[in-house]
Amino acid sequence: MVARAAAEIAPGMVVNLGIGLPTKVVNYLDADFPVCLHTENGLSGIGPTLPVERADRNLIDAGGAYVSTVPGSAFFDSAVSFALVRSGRLDLTMLGAFEVSQSGDLANWKIPGKFSPGAGGGIELAQKARRVVVLTTHTDRAGNPKLKADCTLPVTARGCVSRIFTDLAVIDVTPEGFALRERAEGVSAAEIIEATGAPLALPAGDTPTF
Amino acid sequence: MRLPDKTTTLEEAVSGIADGAVVMVGGFGVPGTPFTLIQELVRQGQRGLTLIKNDANEAGMGVDHLLAAGQVDRLITTHIGLNAHAIAMMNAGEIEVEFCAQGILAERIRAGGAGLAAILTDIAADTELAAHKQRIEIDGKRFVVETALRADVALIHANSADPFGNLDYVATARNFNPLMAMAAKRVIVEAERLQPFGGLAADDVHTPGPFIDCVVELGDLSKEYAVVRR
Repeated sequence: MVARAAAEIAPGMVVNLGIGLPTKVVNYLDADFPVCLHTENGLSGIGPTLPVERADRNLIDAGGAYVSTVPGSAFFDSAVSFALVRSGRLDLTMLGAFEVSQSGDLANWKIPGKFSPGAGGGIELAQKARRVVVLTTHTDRAGNPKLKADCTLPVTARGCVSRIFTDLAVIDVTPEGFALRERAEGVSAAEIIEATGAPLALPAGDTPTF
Repeated sequence: MRLPDKTTTLEEAVSGIADGAVVMVGGFGVPGTPFTLIQELVRQGQRGLTLIKNDANEAGMGVDHLLAAGQVDRLITTHIGLNAHAIAMMNAGEIEVEFCAQGILAERIRAGGAGLAAILTDIAADTELAAHKQRIEIDGKRFVVETALRADVALIHANSADPFGNLDYVATARNFNPLMAMAAKRVIVEAERLQPFGGLAADDVHTPGPFIDCVVELGDLSKEYAVVRR
């Protein structure tokens, strides 16, 4: 799933990988693949994650992981960092989700009464990156669908999500709703429909697997 | 002619903070958090504070000491997910928390520092964060009015400073520090290294000295500045 999501990154892009599952995408990018990874706490050109023994106390990503630079990295303040996001310089962001609706609404910042950590930079990433994709488990821990007709939790941004990568499938958000594009090896279309909380359009013919 | 010297002691610098003050605190996680100034504020015990900080550090670190000591009434922030203690205090009503989108918090502070009253944005317009905020229409589109933020005091962590308060920052320790350094009536800097006048090249200054009121040189850094082993 993470490997499949990494293939979404095209050469030359500026990309922000959100906290959680999306951060793992970096492990699937070759050392000579031309891409600029941005983190909202003020770095363009993120290098490999470092173990604590080799960490620089002043060099973290937005999730608090110790990272490194690459030749050509730049540091900047938080206003510049989000100027980059809001002005459309971010080609792609990959975000985690609590819920995604069939119209592409994203909820990933607040579960009222249970967990309200705040949205951090997530609202601006979701609203202003040129393309927003979500990496998430298909269902929550209790087995409930995370892909729904409508979000029931407070939204982060509306109509922002283009594509969803889950452990079961790759699903696009289209003007007509969710559309299955690919299924995980060994998972049937019927199982994916069962785990999805809104209508799912199937492709004509065979569904490719990943 | 020479530039004024603003170096002072830790105690003297922080004693200018009054009960009920609005205090901006630099830092994003550990990098750029002025742990020594915060510890002195805990020691002096000013109360009824409103804090403006990107995050709440982690339980037992940085501004969490101020929360634990009951010195904070209100926190304006973007994300407190790494501090379960702060979330518990919020849920129990022991502190009031106002969440703001991260880049908008940065711009509200920058606007405050630039002498502007507010900014207009479409960020978070569809969310509950903006539900009760004023809207203004420009060219047929409606924008949220996000008011500028200014503070009584800003607590800043710099890599190096000269005695006038010219500053530089390193790596991701820059974050909110240069913005907050422009947006308070009284700006207090802790610097890992005090340079002589001219020790920072004019082209390499990230925050110019006229914004700064007090410079405190740090001695040996406390454990809070170190790499966190989770």
